[in-house]
Amino acid sequence: MPRKSTTERRRKTKAEEVLEKVLNHELMPKAEVVPKDNAKALLRRLNAAPWQLPWIRSTDPLVRSLGAKPGDIIKIIRKSPTAGEIEVYRFVVPG
Amino acid sequence: MSYSNQGSGEDNIPLKVIKEISFSVLSPDLIRKMSVMEVTTSETYDEAGNPVKGGLMDRRLGVDEPEARCETCGNDWRRCPGHFGRIELVRPVIHPEFVKPIYDILRATCPNCGRLKLTDDEYKRYSERIKKLKKHWRALSDRLILRVKKKAAARSTCPHCGAPQPKIRLDKPFKFYTESEDGRLTRLDPVNIREWLEKVPDEDLELLGWNPSTARPEWAVLTVLPVPPPQVRPSIQLPSGQTSADDLTHALTTILRYNEKLRNAIESGSPTTSILDLWDSLQANVATYIDNELPGGIQARHRSKRPLKGIAQRLKGKEGRFRGSLSGKRVEFSARTVISPDPNLSINEVGVPIDIAKELTVVEPVTEWNIDLMRMLVINGPETWPGANRVITPDGKKIELKVRRDRSELAQQIQPGWMIERHLMDGDYVLFNRQPSLHKMSIMCHIVKVLPGRTFRLHLAVCPPYNADFDGDEMNLHVPQTPEARAEARTIMLVQNFIVTPRYGGPIIGARQDYITGGYLLSRKGNVLTREKALFILGAVRENVQLEEPAIMHPVELWTGKQLISTLLPKDFNFTQATSFKSTCNDPYRCDTDEYIVVVNGYLATGVLDKKSIGAEQVDSLLHVLVKRYGNEFGRRWIDSMFRLIIRYIDIRGFTMALDSLNLPEDAMKKLDEVKNTYIKEAYELLDKYYKGALEAEPGKTIEETLEDKLAETLSKIREEASKIVDDYMNKESEVYIMAKTGARGSLLNAAQMTAALGQQTIRGERYTRGFTDRTLPHFLPGDKGPEARGFVKSNFRDGLSPIEYFFHAGGGRDGLVETAVRTSQSGYAQRRLINAMQDIYVAYDGTVRDSQDAIIQFKYGEDGIDVSKSDHGRLNIDEIIRRVITSG
Repeated sequence: MPRKSTTERRRKTKAEEVLEKVLNHELMPKAEVVPKDNAKALLRRLNAAPWQLPWIRSTDPLVRSLGAKPGDIIKIIRKSPTAGEIEVYRFVVPG
Repeated sequence: MSYSNQGSGEDNIPLKVIKEISFSVLSPDLIRKMSVMEVTTSETYDEAGNPVKGGLMDRRLGVDEPEARCETCGNDWRRCPGHFGRIELVRPVIHPEFVKPIYDILRATCPNCGRLKLTDDEYKRYSERIKKLKKHWRALSDRLILRVKKKAAARSTCPHCGAPQPKIRLDKPFKFYTESEDGRLTRLDPVNIREWLEKVPDEDLELLGWNPSTARPEWAVLTVLPVPPPQVRPSIQLPSGQTSADDLTHALTTILRYNEKLRNAIESGSPTTSILDLWDSLQANVATYIDNELPGGIQARHRSKRPLKGIAQRLKGKEGRFRGSLSGKRVEFSARTVISPDPNLSINEVGVPIDIAKELTVVEPVTEWNIDLMRMLVINGPETWPGANRVITPDGKKIELKVRRDRSELAQQIQPGWMIERHLMDGDYVLFNRQPSLHKMSIMCHIVKVLPGRTFRLHLAVCPPYNADFDGDEMNLHVPQTPEARAEARTIMLVQNFIVTPRYGGPIIGARQDYITGGYLLSRKGNVLTREKALFILGAVRENVQLEEPAIMHPVELWTGKQLISTLLPKDFNFTQATSFKSTCNDPYRCDTDEYIVVVNGYLATGVLDKKSIGAEQVDSLLHVLVKRYGNEFGRRWIDSMFRLIIRYIDIRGFTMALDSLNLPEDAMKKLDEVKNTYIKEAYELLDKYYKGALEAEPGKTIEETLEDKLAETLSKIREEASKIVDDYMNKESEVYIMAKTGARGSLLNAAQMTAALGQQTIRGERYTRGFTDRTLPHFLPGDKGPEARGFVKSNFRDGLSPIEYFFHAGGGRDGLVETAVRTSQSGYAQRRLINAMQDIYVAYDGTVRDSQDAIIQFKYGEDGIDVSKSDHGRLNIDEIIRRVITSG
């Protein structure tokens, strides 16, 4: 594998900086990985199989920043115009 | 108990459940196997008019005329299902629907060894991933297949045999070429393509998204063409006695003709170019037979220059097989006619013409309690309403009363256990619908009221949910046939259940036009009624109400209109609301000018009824609160009686708009002229500034745009000021003013347009510019940008418009019409797409929103789980709930 040039490495860190800024932005909803133990109970409460949850790609920057792997479930807390705050879930899929 | 199905034998048909449907490509072997003969000649009939053996109308394919018998199955035209034939193509041709997939495969595989151009490593990785994804995630596997195709196509040498890879060019619609490195093009004819595709191994195809067990790519290059039986393409008998062949038969005839020509050319050893030409023609004709609307291709036409219908055209579009014949069917027990208004009906009734009531029937079982009525219905028969059309005996035999002479005798035979198909009668539940059915209130359950006349009659208050008017609208009526269907219609679809709409949580059913004027005139101050009049008006209510003692006892007893309205308000009802006359007052309880509605213990103390309180589509109005607090059934009865009361009052009072309601006092006229002159002068000053070049452009605009905007602003001030003057000076008793103020019809702006100035006429939201070079009409100088030259109308409707103004007004009016026409068609299409995308999304019992596979769309309906129609338009009003709980003790 050819070594990365210095300019390329610099650009990458800059991109990471921007990503960090975006992830900490006030409009960015808070997210966390649901622990495997809680996931089962959660799915029972929602009365759904994992694939019946909305999907999110494992390449999504948010998923990457959380370190979630395909098969994980992510909890996202976001603001809602009707309910104030609401919890939603995403199922991480490969891709 | 089941009333339907009896004796129909439907119970004996074994029930099968469809688990899955798979689509695939017909292989040549299968086409040959399912065909009963080869079609060899383009002749259809001989001179005697008999079908030619081996032609497209061969009796072995099936028969469509009554005398003949099928030579394959021996059945007559009624029972013969038809049998496929085949055309053996002399040279293969590409199936037009498969051009793109063939192109993809040619690019992704090696012409030499036929393998997918991936290294063994890549191959293993991708095939494993695709296998895994296919189990659960079809959509994702499709994306991965796209990646595979792209990757394989990019290879310039084959990783398996090392052969250099030529570029593949597609010359639409059907010509494929290989491009060598020096840019030379070599034609790939269908024979070459077929050979190439045959070489691609099954395993590689799976990575390209094909299922080789049901569809091999070489089958996309046709060598045999299936010929559908005549049942699919029946000839039509013209009135002149001639027969005319179906479009598909025509197309097949030309295919056969070119097939024949090509065979002769090859056998006689013609030059290659002429063979190729014939081959291409055959290709084009097969393509038009399948799809005659291919891009780039020339359409095959009939003798009368009408384009032929290909197989694709039969399936496609609104009138096609899917949308026209399978999804859209005609139904029994339905009626359609023009609608007209009837204020004497209840809002949940529908007036049905006697003629229609005699045609639509309901199955009613005979019991010992209704046997006398049923006997009478049978005696009345199909011609007299109320009667019956058929009698069903306990063993399921249907007796048509139309052909029975001895109906009274039959009536005596009737016993409990028989069933009668009786006419539609008062009190039956029916579904009523007006297209376009845009929301659930477009189909509601009504109670039948059979009436003389030829139109459906409905209450005016239910016009808003149907979006109906009476300028010739037609509506449909459906009669539910089972007790279950009737119960469902009655409990969940009855009109009163939709007074409050789930669309925005307000009443969609309510007063419009005359009801609003009437409510205002009845309830306003100083309106007093004698005993005679008051009781006559109250007679319209048809409810048991109590009129309290008169507001004025001496010298004659007089009741106020508010007292009449109060009779219909519940005694525990307390409510305040601003009316549209609200101007100076701020406290409802200290206002003596009727600007607020105040109801105390069911007594209308102050305030007038207007659009804001009883109108349709008004949230939190008097009507809305009444319906919400006392229920749908109460709401229905309240609307019925209140609206009848209002109509009775306005009937005896009278309400006519005439020219004199547009008269303004001298002062007002002077003021109006002043306003017009000042602002027009201001407009010319702006123009002067512009011509001198002193006008500065606003940010983001050109100088011209700035000028236009400023002129529009200046000229629109005339309208605004005129509206104000009209509001101040217009006779408050004039009909125009009353209608505008109460919200019954029109606005103050309309009043100003009638009495002051019509204002700027626009086309596409801009002042007039089009017409002649640099001017709108030859009456103006070229380049004139003044108000008059660009469609400003300073006259009004009362005094009349000048011819030039009239022209501008007509132009603006036409633009408005075009605009609405375009908007409705566009929004209709947008609506259709949304409905199709969301049709099977539903709110599950656990409050989540799910699709047809129970996948979650929303974790809680609306994120808060609140039903818009059962809350305060989508919000919980905690204060109001607490207040009501406390006051109710």
